[in-house]
Amino acid sequence: MRLFSKYKRGPLEISDSASVVLNIVFTVLSLSCLLPVLLVYITSFTAEKSIIKNGFSLFPEQWSLMAYKTMFDQSLTTIINSYKNTIILTVAGTFFGLLIMTMYAYAIARKEFTFNRVLTFYAYFTMLFSGGLVASYIINTNVYGLRDTIWVLLLPGMAGAYNIIVLRTFFSNAGTESLIEAAKIDGAGEFRIYYQIILPISKPALATIGLFLSIAYFSSWFNVLMYIDDRNLWTIQYMLQRTMREIQTLINDPDFAASEEGMLLLLDLPNESAKMALTVLSMTPVLLFYPYFQKYFIKGLTLGAVKG
Amino acid sequence: MQSARKTGKELKIMNLRRRARTDVPLLLMTLPGIVFFFLFNYMPMVGTVLAFKNFIPNRGIFGSEWLGFKNFEFMIKNSYFWMALKNTLTYNSVFLVSGIVFPMMLAIGLNEVRNKKVARVYQSLLIMPHFVSYVVVSVIVFAILSADSGIIKHFLEGMGKEPIPFYSEKKYWPWFLFIIYSWKGTGYSSIIYLGTITGISDEYYEAAVIDGASKWQQILHITIPFLKPMIVILAIMKVGNFFHSNFDLFYQVPLNSGLLQPVTNTIDVFVYNTLRNSNDVSLSSAVALVQSVCGFILVVTTNKIIDMIDSDLAMF
Repeated sequence: MRLFSKYKRGPLEISDSASVVLNIVFTVLSLSCLLPVLLVYITSFTAEKSIIKNGFSLFPEQWSLMAYKTMFDQSLTTIINSYKNTIILTVAGTFFGLLIMTMYAYAIARKEFTFNRVLTFYAYFTMLFSGGLVASYIINTNVYGLRDTIWVLLLPGMAGAYNIIVLRTFFSNAGTESLIEAAKIDGAGEFRIYYQIILPISKPALATIGLFLSIAYFSSWFNVLMYIDDRNLWTIQYMLQRTMREIQTLINDPDFAASEEGMLLLLDLPNESAKMALTVLSMTPVLLFYPYFQKYFIKGLTLGAVKG
Repeated sequence: MQSARKTGKELKIMNLRRRARTDVPLLLMTLPGIVFFFLFNYMPMVGTVLAFKNFIPNRGIFGSEWLGFKNFEFMIKNSYFWMALKNTLTYNSVFLVSGIVFPMMLAIGLNEVRNKKVARVYQSLLIMPHFVSYVVVSVIVFAILSADSGIIKHFLEGMGKEPIPFYSEKKYWPWFLFIIYSWKGTGYSSIIYLGTITGISDEYYEAAVIDGASKWQQILHITIPFLKPMIVILAIMKVGNFFHSNFDLFYQVPLNSGLLQPVTNTIDVFVYNTLRNSNDVSLSSAVALVQSVCGFILVVTTNKIIDMIDSDLAMF
């Protein structure tokens, strides 16, 4: 698939002046996407007193590594622990999520499978109607007893019908059909076909969905907020969210901020630059990864948009 | 002769065996998924009966007493619910249009950039915000707006103007939320449109150029008609989610500030706050059920309508 049109300097191209305008517009738009992100990196390397004096700025008066030192001094064990949880959840969630979804999608993509229509609908219906936040919360805590366990962070987000449908579309492409036929004649079983034929030729789809899944796990904080009290189960994104929430509590409630409890909380909070250092920790892995996967997910997204 | 010609019964058994050879392993492969959907999707659907009950934790969902439609009466009388409903529908209407028009414009523009290497750099940067989580966005927004060290505050100070306490001034927030939503999603959503645009054969445009069509006419009469099926599908998906809102955007970015509630309180934020802060399971479950049922009705009807107009475009 071509990413952009192939022609060069043909009659279809826009005029020189239009091209200049277009490039200016896109430069401005691109910068507006880049600069806010850059601001985080720059302020994390800014001396705290520069921030207090001049506010956040892309051109700090004084650079410093203090933010990282402050952050690690203040909460090294929590950070390490939260990072560890985040990594475990991301790796396990992505692996098992892909496993469950690809197996399911492979089965419902097979025309010979007696239950393919029923099971397609079984998955599809979950996209139409959802129990909603409250029912899920009560079921997970009251029925399954998952409160304050790592399982509640890992399990509920693992599989999704939409991704299964996208995978099914990918697996039922014309090419795979004949491959499966041939393998069957050679006496290969379903598991072998899935494992040795379908998965290897579906790398773009696996990369796309794997990337989305791992980003979702890496960025998850809401489930921690909902279900977790135990500090040992925090994730890195939740640490950051919590910091922002505490700042807001102090702003919203000046009386509380002036109280002894509020003062203690204030002391415990990272300062502006340390907060940015924590932000850097919680966003860098994703920003490093996505450009490598870009060509895969552009392909995956465009394919997934085709009706299944 | 006897052994070569199978009786009907034997054929049936053979057929069954052959089917079982495919069905059994395939069924095993779907088993984890079946269990997953049952536990985390279908059980919560059953759990929605909570909306008709007075939930008492140690009695469990099924042991709690029935209340009939009492919870819904409370909901209707709750002014915050109506506020949340109005906000949800308003933001979604705006996002429905902007979420289609902006990415489409971006994709059309990006396709016209002459230097394809440069275009790819633009694209990489434009999709970057999608990969920044909303928690990080809330940090960035705070760095821009905060009353202590925010960029705008220092900018205004430099001009000798009074700083604006943004986190308690609700009038700016509809704009902020709109900008943030567009900033985060436009580049990423444009990928799908761009995929279709690059797939359109040049012949159409060449023919149009010969007929003397301007670039705008080409976009209007060739590009957009080609994008129509995609626009329809994406619009249905958005309409199906009309009663849902992005919790991260409306809760986390304004930092759940009380004074901003009139413009940031959407149904999801309302459900969350009612559940966690007031611990009111009954009310929040009633609202959540209304949300799910409305969403269900919307998806099914919009799909029906599209099916009537053009059955090729319908999803089911």
